[in-house]
Amino acid sequence: MNELLLARLQFGVTTVYHFLFVPLTLGLSLLIAIMETMYVRTGNEMYKKMAQFWGKLFLVNFAMGVVTGIVQEFHFGMNWSEYSRFMGDIFGAPLAMEALTAFFLESTFLGLWIFGWDKLSKKLHAATIWIVAIASNLSAFWILVANSFMQSPTGYVLRNGRAEMVDFAALLTNPYVAVQFPHTIASGLATAGFFVMAISAYHLIRESNRKFFRESFKIAVICAFVSALAVGGTGHMQAQYLAKAQPMKLAATEALWDSANPAPFAIYAAVDESNKKNTAEVAVPGALSFLVYNDFAGEVRGLNDLQAEYAAKYGPGEYIPPVTPLFWSFRIMAAAGGWLVGIASICALLLVTNRLESQKFVLKAALWTLPVPYIANSAGWLVTELGRQPWIVFGLLRVDQGVSPNVPAASILTSLIGFTLLYAVLIVAAVYLMSKFARKGPIDVDHTKSSTVVKEATLWS
Amino acid sequence: MELNVLWFILVTVLFTGFFFLEGFDYGVGILMPFLGKNDVERRMIINTIGPVWDGNEVWMITAGGALFAAFPSVYATLFSGFYLALFIMLVGLIVRGVAFEFRSKDDSPLWRSAWDWMIFIGSLLPAVLWGVAVTNLIKGVPINGNMQYAGTFFDLLSPYTLLGGVAFMAVFIFHGALFLSLKIEKGPLVERAHKAALGFGILAAVACLGLVAMTYSNTDLFKSAGAGTALWGAILTFVIAYILALKAKFGWAFAFSGLTVALTTVAFFWGLFPRLMVSSLNPAWSLTIHNASSTPYTLKIMTIAALATVPIILGYQIWTYWVFRKRITARDLEY
Repeated sequence: MNELLLARLQFGVTTVYHFLFVPLTLGLSLLIAIMETMYVRTGNEMYKKMAQFWGKLFLVNFAMGVVTGIVQEFHFGMNWSEYSRFMGDIFGAPLAMEALTAFFLESTFLGLWIFGWDKLSKKLHAATIWIVAIASNLSAFWILVANSFMQSPTGYVLRNGRAEMVDFAALLTNPYVAVQFPHTIASGLATAGFFVMAISAYHLIRESNRKFFRESFKIAVICAFVSALAVGGTGHMQAQYLAKAQPMKLAATEALWDSANPAPFAIYAAVDESNKKNTAEVAVPGALSFLVYNDFAGEVRGLNDLQAEYAAKYGPGEYIPPVTPLFWSFRIMAAAGGWLVGIASICALLLVTNRLESQKFVLKAALWTLPVPYIANSAGWLVTELGRQPWIVFGLLRVDQGVSPNVPAASILTSLIGFTLLYAVLIVAAVYLMSKFARKGPIDVDHTKSSTVVKEATLWS
Repeated sequence: MELNVLWFILVTVLFTGFFFLEGFDYGVGILMPFLGKNDVERRMIINTIGPVWDGNEVWMITAGGALFAAFPSVYATLFSGFYLALFIMLVGLIVRGVAFEFRSKDDSPLWRSAWDWMIFIGSLLPAVLWGVAVTNLIKGVPINGNMQYAGTFFDLLSPYTLLGGVAFMAVFIFHGALFLSLKIEKGPLVERAHKAALGFGILAAVACLGLVAMTYSNTDLFKSAGAGTALWGAILTFVIAYILALKAKFGWAFAFSGLTVALTTVAFFWGLFPRLMVSSLNPAWSLTIHNASSTPYTLKIMTIAALATVPIILGYQIWTYWVFRKRITARDLEY
């Protein structure tokens, strides 16, 4: 295995792993802020318990997001030093802004929230979790500004052998940000909504703490329903935008080899990447044109044409990203999204008509939907990042040009294995804790005082 | 002032804030398993930094981000060059971060003891490695004409840089022990923290004197009058801190140990200036505030952002310390 492949694997592992925790942080912080605000407004202790119960799960998840995020910030320099040199003038700024405007707020005010229940007034305490929620989502904005430049560079010139920023406002108003940011925020909210729904459903099935979990479920289902629709809507906007900004990515996710008008949408395709064709296909005629143009006619450009165009523009080379994983990642994401909209709609309907708790089957479905947003989130990022190949910065720098030239494969392999093993152990611990607290329910939340002396343990035993 | 110079100063400020704040965090984490004789005491120790350690760590994240934004070539060369050292540090920071969150969430003694171990290791590794890293920056590492690190992991380890690691660790433990003395209610635990401060103070004194001597022989730091003065200032404030610690004036002692950390950081950066990484192969290949920097435009944008946010950050972080100003007692372990 060579350095490039190892560095890419490491990026993939650490990024996908990091993003397992981020969406829940984005969404759940907001839901907890809403719950605590309801406590402040109504004085009803149940909402305080709610903020604390979901807060406990939030904290386990948050810790995982934070520590994996540190790796994210440093591995550009470690594995992608040439990328960092080429892009530092542009890419470093949003990262530093993220730290200055979001991480400081998030970390400091979360500390206040955790330890400040008896030290701050009710309103001030609720304000701290709002600040955490807003700062978390702001940090997503900055990181998507950085990522959007990689997908669709803007506001720069090529000078001194690197990309140099000439228009910061253009970075912020990159149309790619405008489609990617709402999609990400909506996915975060959807993840949180289905997370709270699933755990509430678990308890409603067992009829434990019914009032508490019915209310939690209600808040979650509103969130899940609205955000699942928003995920679909913003995803659709993103696909339409891709047709203009990154036609290659669109063509690859649709396994559309030859330009077509009207273009079909393939539900199934047996992709033959070496011969650049599909050996078998089940497709809906004109559906892709409709998705892209809201019209059953309209040309969608195919991989082979774009390859020829890019070869003429950027020089000889292979510009087609890996079609098979893109094709299926997209379909997995879209199917998962469809499932989420369906479940949220059914649950919302049953809730409105007050029949939810009698429909144990639906509650079970809501419980088993827990992993679905995670699958959709990961698949979505795979589409975004794999679809950028072979570029690390679209049209400006290829992935193989960005890798660190002086880091031996053995070093990358060491860190790849090290992080993967560590992450594997940590996720077991995190899932263990979260499922333990989730099952336990809210009863013990106020009795977490560890002043009950646990059996003595010496560190070295 | 030229923006490149301003950003050198800002990077110094960020590292100073980081070492000052995370310095005592690391010290507390290293001491925790030894000073805390039972679970309640260990929880008390952790709670002294519980509300603030994550905010403190952001100073490091921001310093990293600022290097990336202002001096991308330093970010690229440093992190790809110090690859394995950084990997080890990241592992430490990862286990430490989750350990704070996870350790009290299960009652099993084995669980708690395992995460306490992680807090210890995760505090020790970065404390030592940052000392190794900073001394390497000024001592010089093999950087070639293409700004690439041309050495191996083992080139980073020399008597001087290892002493740097020990000195940073010892000062951080001293700093952390004083913080504990300040933050925990009067009783046997605080007496143990006091003893630790005095004991590790001796180690820190020996290591720091050695470090000053070896800095003199291994680097050109003392060629800069300002850097030399700052380093002597660090020694002086350390002596004052130790005397105050002997007299059990913990508030002032902590302030002076903090000054020691700050002046040491300033001394090393001042000694580096205008370089950020010294090349041991050829002085002309060192990374400086000019050959490694971003464009004036980016620096201008970042200057506005930093000047607008850093005062506010300082404000709310200081307020946080004010909210949690009371000494920790065994009765208020709410978390």
